Amino acid sequence: MAQGDQAASEKPVSYSSIFLAFSKIGLCGFGGVAAWAHRVLVDERGWYTDKQYADLLSVGSVLPGPNVCNISIMVGDQFRGALGSLTALGGLLAGPLLILIVLATLYETYGGLPLVQAVIGGVTAAAAGLVIGTVIKLARRLRASFGNILVGLLAFAAAAILHLHVLLIVAVMVPLSLALTIRERRR
Amino acid sequence: MKTGLLGQLAITFATMSLGAIGGANAVLPEMHRQAVSVHGWLDDTTFANLFAIAQAAPGPNVIFVSLIGWHLAGPTGLAVATAAICLPSSLLTFGVSRIRRRLIGANWMKLLQLALMPIPLALMAASGLIMAQAADHTLLTVVLTAGTTLFVAFTQRNPLWALSVGGLLGGLDFLLTAG
Repeated sequence: MAQGDQAASEKPVSYSSIFLAFSKIGLCGFGGVAAWAHRVLVDERGWYTDKQYADLLSVGSVLPGPNVCNISIMVGDQFRGALGSLTALGGLLAGPLLILIVLATLYETYGGLPLVQAVIGGVTAAAAGLVIGTVIKLARRLRASFGNILVGLLAFAAAAILHLHVLLIVAVMVPLSLALTIRERRR
Repeated sequence: MKTGLLGQLAITFATMSLGAIGGANAVLPEMHRQAVSVHGWLDDTTFANLFAIAQAAPGPNVIFVSLIGWHLAGPTGLAVATAAICLPSSLLTFGVSRIRRRLIGANWMKLLQLALMPIPLALMAASGLIMAQAADHTLLTVVLTAGTTLFVAFTQRNPLWALSVGGLLGGLDFLLTAG
């Protein structure tokens, strides 16, 4: 692990290749940026092995913030320090933001037309299904314990019914979930 | 007035940044509460429409926050909202990045990963409920939400297909009932 990391950081990686790699991840990532991050960083650029990438992802996923943004910051930092992190995050966001601005301008110009409203209404209904479907897909892959389910239900109620601030929910639920997980592990 | 709005955007999104475990969709209920109920920046429908537009663009889900900023205050709003949601969590990640080799493989890291799993899922489920409430007012929209749910949950195909079908059927329905 340490040896592999060393090998990865010895290669000189330029700012432009960091920017381009993450631009590609951002622009190709329709509804699943993580899969493209693996493809670009491991298969195309060869900056990491599968194992190194899995380690990177595991750290990225326990930290707040989008996993791919966290990965971009860690990868950029490893190659080029703080400026590298900015370059990677900038590459990840720049392309999608430009496309977003075009879509937003179209929405603001034509959004008042009844036909456009009907189309957007349909896309919006589908987008709601996209969120719910993603939850079901991820939940199916888990082997949830009793503690997991309890924490999930409490967090859901806190957000959907009680409308509590997300920081409060996280601050209470993370220690609770950790305590339950440790207890279940001991048995 | 303008600086007041930008300041509110910055504070609102910066405070939820550290709660975004598992990604931006985990803070969607909080965004909805702040933007629609607390500040009254947007109505329910506009919030849901902007979310759908962000989903139709490539890239990480966090760009939905950028879009809210753009909608409220143009390019400056986009920059402020994006920086605010990214900065706190990015600084934390940057700090952790430096000590990451000591964390990888540690037992407590695996425990933490296991313990964190249900929280973003639950928050995303709450997001889905809020989005469905905002989007579904007719039989067609309910069917579209349900259909997309099944499509995404049980196939590996690109969800962009489902969004396109949603837009197409929404438009067709309008043309048929109006004509």
